[in-house]
Amino acid sequence: MNQNSDKMMDIKNIVLRFGGVVAIQNISFDIFKGEIRAIIGPNGAGKSSMLNVINGFYHPQEGEVWFRGQKRKSMKPYQIAHQGIARTFQNIALFKGMTALDNIMTGRFTHMKKSIFSQMIWEGGASKEEYENREVVEKVIDFLEIQHIRKTPVGALPYGLQKRVELGRALAAEPELLLLDEPMAGMNVEEKEDMSRYILDVNNEFGTTVALIEHDMGVVMDISDRVVVMDYGKKIGDGTPDEVRNNQSVIDAYLGVSEH
Amino acid sequence: MLYREVGEFKTSYAQDSHTFPIKFDRYRYYFVIIVGLLFIPFIINDYWANAVFLPFLIYAIAALGLNILTGYCGQVSLGTGGFMAVGAYASYKFMTAFPDLNIFFVIILSGFVTAFVGTLFGLPSLRIKGFYLAVATLAAQFFLIWLFNKVGWFYNYSATGMITAPSRSVGSFFITGSESTPAAKYLFCFLFVFLLAWIARNLTRGKIGRSWMAIRDMDIAAEIIGVNPLIAKLSAFAISSFYVGVAGALFFSVYLGAVEPTEAFSIQKSFIVLFMVIIGGLGSIFGSFAGAAFMVLLPVALKNLLVLQFGWSVDIAAHFEFIIIGGLIIFFLIVEPHGLAQLWNLLKQKLRIWPFPY
Repeated sequence: MNQNSDKMMDIKNIVLRFGGVVAIQNISFDIFKGEIRAIIGPNGAGKSSMLNVINGFYHPQEGEVWFRGQKRKSMKPYQIAHQGIARTFQNIALFKGMTALDNIMTGRFTHMKKSIFSQMIWEGGASKEEYENREVVEKVIDFLEIQHIRKTPVGALPYGLQKRVELGRALAAEPELLLLDEPMAGMNVEEKEDMSRYILDVNNEFGTTVALIEHDMGVVMDISDRVVVMDYGKKIGDGTPDEVRNNQSVIDAYLGVSEH
Repeated sequence: MLYREVGEFKTSYAQDSHTFPIKFDRYRYYFVIIVGLLFIPFIINDYWANAVFLPFLIYAIAALGLNILTGYCGQVSLGTGGFMAVGAYASYKFMTAFPDLNIFFVIILSGFVTAFVGTLFGLPSLRIKGFYLAVATLAAQFFLIWLFNKVGWFYNYSATGMITAPSRSVGSFFITGSESTPAAKYLFCFLFVFLLAWIARNLTRGKIGRSWMAIRDMDIAAEIIGVNPLIAKLSAFAISSFYVGVAGALFFSVYLGAVEPTEAFSIQKSFIVLFMVIIGGLGSIFGSFAGAAFMVLLPVALKNLLVLQFGWSVDIAAHFEFIIIGGLIIFFLIVEPHGLAQLWNLLKQKLRIWPFPY
């Protein structure tokens, strides 16, 4: 594999500080096109901060983010969304007052271009654009098997379905890079299996590159192609699930080291 | 029994996004439009126009505007009275500076002026939220009223400090001034309400409406899907202020004819419109109308009931009016915090399965 041309994202020497606290210390890793890349580590290791750096909520003090072979300038999150990066959140961040359908429709935001005047009179392409995007959204709804809750306000949905709607919103954007922050947190085994299947299907069928944070080691080792391990803001391991599993510093971080 | 969606199958996304998806709703809506357009203008007199229809229609526009800002975009504003004053004074300046300009365009231009002013006062919303933003918009209210009292240019240096609408007409029908007829005023306002409600509906069901609601519900997630918060918030302020400005211009030129800013556009106006939006239902077009109807029609109905039916004296009736309306507001908010629009939806859901609820 020619790694340079296949790199979706290359993260180089990122340092992120909050005052005196160093959340991320000099971390570099890359994400290949079409792979499932997992980021794991104990609580407070800086995993979510890493995702926040990738999609622009945090601006690292040092280091570079290369996306599709170009060095990325400092950008606002909404600009990064227009570049084709979508994400879900650890604590569900859905629009509670809107229906599941409307929530997923918001994912199409970056694909809708009609002017405000066209939208005002619902003519001149605005309604046509709406229906075309609705069609894409309906495909996502079919894929995630949530047809029956289309018109339900998401605030009224159970947790597992909310997670699925949030994934739907990210998928509707047809992203090149999909960031998932603990997509399986708080789910039972069956829901986890469903979610893993969706992630694998997204990766296989649409060719979407996925970067995910997850605590369930079984799931991570099963579905991801390569794993980054973080601890206290440092990278302590990187490689295929098997390599990581046998890495001594990873074992130390997870199981602890005896003092003597 | 009439109210059924059984047998109504949607075969396209266009049908699915109809404003009134159920046939009965649609017919009722056409009925209201036809009655409003072909029936009421012929029977309307001064009393009905001035006590009921004009304030209802004008407040409905203001409530639509505030609902876009507060209900859809989640930005609380207490500056509605001030922005209505901007619309009123803009229309006065346009009417006196360009006597040949059609009153229709005067009102529209006043809306644009208010949209500009509203956007300026919306800038703090990029930094502050909730109560703090409400206080910031309160500053707009006081500043604007002070400005219109203080600077003579706005009232053309008239001795009283009041502004009076000159006579203007559309075709041969006088809309403003002493020669205007109730029917012409009513139809003029009706036209604006119809147009603006239609535009509000289109905006709120499409991309921009969803971006407003996204900002309202979870601004961080809104950014993640590509919504620029600057554009979303300022566009809500601009469009909302446009509506409020049109309402202010109509309020001054068509309804009152002469105003004095401290009196007509006080902080009380801001609160009344905010109540309309809250009682009617935040984030609902129908709610804007329901709220305006509640706040405008109920006092009139109560007054008629107490004074004409029960024979109470006018001042006692006026006090009781306050008590009853205050009580009803509390009652409605406890029963249904999402407003009359939600009550209406619940009723419709009940009717849908009536008389076989199981």
